[in-house]
Amino acid sequence: MASEADLKLHGEHGESLALREQFDTAHQQKDASTLGMWVFLITEVMFFGGMFAAYTIYRATYPTVFAIASTSLNVTVGAINTCVLLLSSFTMVMAVRAGQLGNRKLIVIFLILTLLFGITFLGVKAYEWTEKYNEHHMPGQVAFHLEGTPLQGPAKLFFSLYFAMTGLHALHMVVGVGILTWLIFETRKGQYSAEYFTPIDISGLYWHFVDVIWIFLFPLLYLIDRHLPK
Amino acid sequence: MSTAVLTEREHYLNNGYSLKSWLLTKDHKRIAVLYFITISVFFLIGGIFASLIRAELATPAGDLVSSETYNKLFTMHGVIMVFFFLVPSIPATMGNFFLPMMIGARDLAFPRINLLSWYLLIAGGGFAIFAMVAGGVDTGWTFYTPYSTTYSNTYVIATALGIFIAGFSSILTGLNFIVTVHRMRAPGMTWFRMPLFVWANYATGVIQVLGTPVIAVTLVLVFCERVFHIGIFDPQLGGDPVLFQHLFWFYSHPAVYIMVLPGMGVISELVSTFSRKPVFGYPFVAFSSVGIAVIGFLVWGHHLFVSGQSVYAGLVFSFLSYFVAIPSAIKVFNWTATLYKGSISYATPMLYAFGFVGLFTIGGLTGLFVASLGIDVHVTDTYFVIAHFHYVMVGGSVMAYMGGLHYWWPKMTGRMYPEGWAKLSALFVFAGFNLTFFPQFILGYLGMPRRYHAYPPEFQVLHVASSLGATVLALGYVMPAIYLAWSLRYGPVAGANPWGASGLEWQTPSPPPTHNFEEIPVVTQEAYDYSRVREEIEVG
Amino acid sequence: MQIPLFPEQASSISVEVDRLLYFLVAVSVFFTLLIFLAIFYFAVRYRRRSETELPSAVHTGLTLEILWTVIPFGITMIMFAWGASIFFTESRPPDDAMQIYVVGKQWMWKLQHMEGNREINELHIPVGRSVKLTMTSEDVIHSFFVPAFRTKQDVVPGRYTTTWFKATKAGKYHLFCAEYCGTNHSAMIGWVYAMEPQDYQQWLSGTPKGTLTEAGGQLFNDLACVNCHHTDGSGRCPSLVNLYGSTVRLAGGGTVKADEAYIRESILNPAAKVVEGYQPLMPTFQGQVTEEQVVDLIEYVKSLAQKPAEQPNQTRGQAQAGSPAARQ
Repeated sequence: MASEADLKLHGEHGESLALREQFDTAHQQKDASTLGMWVFLITEVMFFGGMFAAYTIYRATYPTVFAIASTSLNVTVGAINTCVLLLSSFTMVMAVRAGQLGNRKLIVIFLILTLLFGITFLGVKAYEWTEKYNEHHMPGQVAFHLEGTPLQGPAKLFFSLYFAMTGLHALHMVVGVGILTWLIFETRKGQYSAEYFTPIDISGLYWHFVDVIWIFLFPLLYLIDRHLPK
Repeated sequence: MSTAVLTEREHYLNNGYSLKSWLLTKDHKRIAVLYFITISVFFLIGGIFASLIRAELATPAGDLVSSETYNKLFTMHGVIMVFFFLVPSIPATMGNFFLPMMIGARDLAFPRINLLSWYLLIAGGGFAIFAMVAGGVDTGWTFYTPYSTTYSNTYVIATALGIFIAGFSSILTGLNFIVTVHRMRAPGMTWFRMPLFVWANYATGVIQVLGTPVIAVTLVLVFCERVFHIGIFDPQLGGDPVLFQHLFWFYSHPAVYIMVLPGMGVISELVSTFSRKPVFGYPFVAFSSVGIAVIGFLVWGHHLFVSGQSVYAGLVFSFLSYFVAIPSAIKVFNWTATLYKGSISYATPMLYAFGFVGLFTIGGLTGLFVASLGIDVHVTDTYFVIAHFHYVMVGGSVMAYMGGLHYWWPKMTGRMYPEGWAKLSALFVFAGFNLTFFPQFILGYLGMPRRYHAYPPEFQVLHVASSLGATVLALGYVMPAIYLAWSLRYGPVAGANPWGASGLEWQTPSPPPTHNFEEIPVVTQEAYDYSRVREEIEVG
Repeated sequence: MQIPLFPEQASSISVEVDRLLYFLVAVSVFFTLLIFLAIFYFAVRYRRRSETELPSAVHTGLTLEILWTVIPFGITMIMFAWGASIFFTESRPPDDAMQIYVVGKQWMWKLQHMEGNREINELHIPVGRSVKLTMTSEDVIHSFFVPAFRTKQDVVPGRYTTTWFKATKAGKYHLFCAEYCGTNHSAMIGWVYAMEPQDYQQWLSGTPKGTLTEAGGQLFNDLACVNCHHTDGSGRCPSLVNLYGSTVRLAGGGTVKADEAYIRESILNPAAKVVEGYQPLMPTFQGQVTEEQVVDLIEYVKSLAQKPAEQPNQTRGQAQAGSPAARQ
């Protein structure tokens, strides 16, 4: 059908649909892309899950040492970072909303805001890691030592898991920052419209996922036994 | 004369001959061909290692290679065969080629991700081969700590990196299949009208997606331990070496179902086509595939019965391991029942199907032995286990692979293979396989441990029988390599449906056009409907 | 030329394991034959006779599906229960088992008898007596495997694992390492010699040596443990008298059973568990004692459970650690 062929690449008002040839309709393409992203995020849950499992097991084995190590982390800074990420998820949702409305300018603004929040998070993380290095809490440092406990082996374990888990998370943030940058360029080129903004939509899913991982990491790593009197 | 017919019509093979048209293709059929070539190379490499192992084990003394070399040989045999041959094998070749066609789609949901999957397998394989060439790795394919993290002086990290990357190839293939089955089915193609091969690959995709990330992160931890000595698996630093085993087997047990489920899917197709009957108990077979995928995630601890794991954990895992056997048994009974009052052909694919059902039955039954706590204490880490998993992996999966290869060969290439040579090869494979691996059950119960370079002399006769069998088996694999290649140029031209099979893939010319279907079909028939086949049957 | 097809039955559990094996083999042969014969019969009886023939047949049957699901399930549950029962027996060493310590290292087995006899790659035991092995590794994971006894247990660094058996037949039986451990894994093998009780006694008294308890007592002095751990419980350190088998209250809450693993950890990593009411003052002896010496010390501490007045250099023959009366 002639009109169908036109619809494949452009919508009724000439807007871009970027319909790929394996799909029959734009709706099918959007559905498939969204499902694909969800399946990918499930793999990410399993990926982080392995480390969460290791962390849970060792925390149960060495509860006191892990609690002491946890208190050496700066809760205020961690909380600030949590707020930054939550805000970034909000701006990301606004970007998707702008996509639904087909408002190119607004999309770019919110994507840039999300990007800035993301970079802030990474900057704060870099600051935290430097602090840990200065306090000799980095496993691998010759002068590694955690005050308050004679058990340095399990202390090292805590920090190894801390760096591995926050590091893996940070890596995902960096990828997210890269995706946001690409999205900003694509939006400015006019690739998206109210009929087609799927990449923004599914990148939003990814961004929220990375946020949710942090929501789990923060209490698990920073808030062990904080309610107990010293 | 026959070539003239082929070049006139456009199909996926003649649609561009440049290297670029192959290396940057988005066509799932071309990607399947790329995978075929790749995994055939890996199978050859893994097979060479196996031959060297069997050559060494023909004599009790360690006299062919040094013990360091032997340890590298069995490690690399396992790594290549598991991660670079078996896991991708059927899904990435026949799954890629036929899953979209079977559901009436033009391609998979994400063709570029499909191509990326192939490149990831190549990259991962590159690291693994580099590790082998540079000096090898000797940890066993299971990488148990603390040997792999602290004591081994070999290329552990390069190999782990190779497996890590190949894991993402597997994840993306699974992701692609899941989304394709959910979103790309042709109108009228309901879930219960899909061929069972699709169900099997769908279930496999679920396992790939859920399980593979765990081994990925486990390998990351092994890397961290080896490089930074973080202590996670090192008892001197407070770590637990058995934690590695739990993390490793959490993936690696479901992985064996990644390796066998697609094979089962092939068998459903073969048994139906060559009985010219629908598979008996279709819904039961379909649900069994899903059941195996789910329960398969709950049994990993049966690899840890003597590891120091608690007695109660052992009880739970043994109990659940018996559960997972039941869906496989259901499938075997249903395939057998399909033959009842069928029209049975003895074409080569069917011979492989018979071989699968028989050998998988034996392999699966011996799984009941190792699932039993009392027996497993004695036979774990012996040749009994080696025999068990080779029965299901080689007698099962590889036979299914060979059966599927012969079945879909005319469709993929437009040529028919020589039936006489093919039947002979199938017989060699069956005979050689049994001679190689049945003695290993006896060896294992006698107490012959795994991964032994040298052994007490009283075990020699059984080892010699096994090594002789391996020679016959190898011959059975070399012959198809030759005659299949020969057939590409000299084999008789094949029509659209030489077997009189049902299924949408047989409604296209052989080889199929790039876009699979002139028009997307609207499906009204149930699966395995042969009522229209009578008119289409080609004699000869 | 003799081709062995079946291992010897040389322990009290071997016969039971083999009986379960026979059951499994019988079930397997039955189902294998059933499937093979069915396939063979159907393939011949229903072979294709004409290219255009088209069978029409039933392709589903609920009763059949239920039958061939429920029956195999029932059979597998029998297999599970039977195997589990054997496993329970294998994981509970009898109270009167004699204790032997095993240390695995790349690539040899080191065994210590209570009486002080030390062996490498060989284990002499009496027939008709339960033997309990307490094992650890100095490096990687190994596995202690005696096919004739049908027992196997991984030997893990950093902790103790145990196994037990009772030899029923005198003879010489293979001992294998069954967990891949590096270059000479295939060479980490030896022999278990089950001997008639009188022969065993003779072998035992063959070489002059001190018992494990005596060696432990000597170490206890040499390493100055005795300076802190006074027998009367005075001083900065908990008394070790009657410690073994008791329940210890820990600082920060919680309790732990004072078994071999606890004593070993207290020597190598004392800060891991501090006794209630005491400070974490004890230094670690990691690197200063070998695993065998740890075993000696453990046996000495266990001997302190007999009578409070017993001194380290008591004559041998009274060090009967593990007797039921000593445990609380």
